[in-house]
Amino acid sequence: MNLTKEQQSLLDGSKGETMAKVVKTLVMYGEAFDAERMVPVAEGFGHTVISFGIGVMTPVYDLYEKLLSAGAVSGQKFTADPRPLDKNVPSSLLKDIVFRVMYSQQERYEEQLRKFGLRGENDYTCACYLPQVGNVPKRGDILSWAESSAVVYANSVLGARCNRNSGIIELMGSIAGFVPEFGLLTDDGRKADYVVEVKTSQKPEAQLLGSAVGMKVLEKVPYIKGLDQWIGTELNESATAYLKDFGAATASNGSVGLYHIEALTPEAKDLGDSLIRPDAQVYVIDDAELERVKNSYPCIWKDMDATPKLCFMGCPHMSLGQLAEWTDRVAAALQENGHGKVVIPTVFTSAPAVIEEFKKTERYQKLMDCGVVLSYICPLMYMNNPLAKKMPVITSSNKLRTYTSARFYSDDEILKFITGGTN
Amino acid sequence: MAMTFQGRVVAPGEVKAEALVSHGGFNTLASFQMALMFGDKQVKCGDQNNPDLYKKPMLGKALCLPETIGSTTGGMVLYTACALGKQPACMLFSKPIDSLAASGAILAANWTDSNMPVIDKLGEEFLSYVKDGMTVTVGADGIVTVE
Repeated sequence: MNLTKEQQSLLDGSKGETMAKVVKTLVMYGEAFDAERMVPVAEGFGHTVISFGIGVMTPVYDLYEKLLSAGAVSGQKFTADPRPLDKNVPSSLLKDIVFRVMYSQQERYEEQLRKFGLRGENDYTCACYLPQVGNVPKRGDILSWAESSAVVYANSVLGARCNRNSGIIELMGSIAGFVPEFGLLTDDGRKADYVVEVKTSQKPEAQLLGSAVGMKVLEKVPYIKGLDQWIGTELNESATAYLKDFGAATASNGSVGLYHIEALTPEAKDLGDSLIRPDAQVYVIDDAELERVKNSYPCIWKDMDATPKLCFMGCPHMSLGQLAEWTDRVAAALQENGHGKVVIPTVFTSAPAVIEEFKKTERYQKLMDCGVVLSYICPLMYMNNPLAKKMPVITSSNKLRTYTSARFYSDDEILKFITGGTN
Repeated sequence: MAMTFQGRVVAPGEVKAEALVSHGGFNTLASFQMALMFGDKQVKCGDQNNPDLYKKPMLGKALCLPETIGSTTGGMVLYTACALGKQPACMLFSKPIDSLAASGAILAANWTDSNMPVIDKLGEEFLSYVKDGMTVTVGADGIVTVE
């Protein structure tokens, strides 16, 4: 790899042994992908996937202590994934005890984040790119982010450039101020290896479509055709919320870091079919394929007929528009089904900044009247509690389904469950 | 019959271990999180979506896989497993390594005392040939022998 004089000097130890090791790590990372040079990260904000102080992850916090002691802090402010705990989310005495043991490093870690350069005390969300949060990179910006759903959104919807960096590595990129240039940072790495033809009879559910695409293409770049007829050709609130959920499912059910949507996402709009490699494979998704994918999901509930005891919506965190839409849907369905409040404890999750905005609207009280809990929590972190794992929890998040025992249902099925409709 | 496969060294080292094979993408977070969190001594795979590995012990095995998938905590999880001595004996990729696995391997090599050789680009034939329980020997030059 060709390093600049300044980068070489850092590697040689001009700013100490720890900084040299940070740069060595980034150099080795780049060499694994034949990167030829480092490129500076854009001004603006970083984003870290590590937001939790889990006891067993002590080696991570010890490593961070070493970095801080050496003065190796982030050159840019950054946001972080959601906090793992919120007392408003239904729990029990026993669960709370387990949570306290599990997340015994939380305070220590949050203090470390402050020292590294966390932007603000409420900047904990996986959807940092939502306008209310304001960590919105520009097209072409080079990022050192981690959080699979945020990376795929930044690349695909915003046109920024970021590899699927791991936690720790992303912070090291922010500390050094540069990252190795390879993969999704290059024009060639952003070309499509797959053409996905959407031929469904109705608008496919974002989390299900994303799952099908992710499981098929894995780490490849898909170019999606036929979706614009369902979500339009403008990146408005509705389309971006759809793409947020779609992308999260592609990234968690596979390892997609970038997708293009014909006539919608910025690079597809500008470059069209020229983004598609000549030897790209074709994957057709119709109603039957979506049904097949949905039926393929394993469920590890002990009692498959158990009545759900908790429902999580909002993984990744819901947008302001989604909160409004779901409030109306829940309220209308409850009225139709003759119930005043949700019949299954239900938690909607969103970014603290989005929640603050939502609280200013009339719908906030409407949602509270429906009995729904609104939280900034990370549902995945909640479900890591072994007592939660044993509970029959339902969700329409394919990411949550992938990593936990939560059972996946479509949005319509979820609505029926929580409002006492007939399933 | 012993078969040899030439790969590329991502993290150096030599080791001999029993093969554990995943034909689908290996979800690092889903596979390790419960075992690490609750001190499972055998580090059994917790990914219910991986029929090849679910509930099988991973500690000390030669983990043979196409690539890793899923959360970008993957590299951090792998680093933590190595720091705690809960890692596979080696990781052997049929495809070019992905960014998350590379991060984990490189973080472990630079910031822990663990020894987990990582070889990639072993080819599809490698993953077709190797089966659970076979003996795998990894050489410092990236040559993997399966018997």
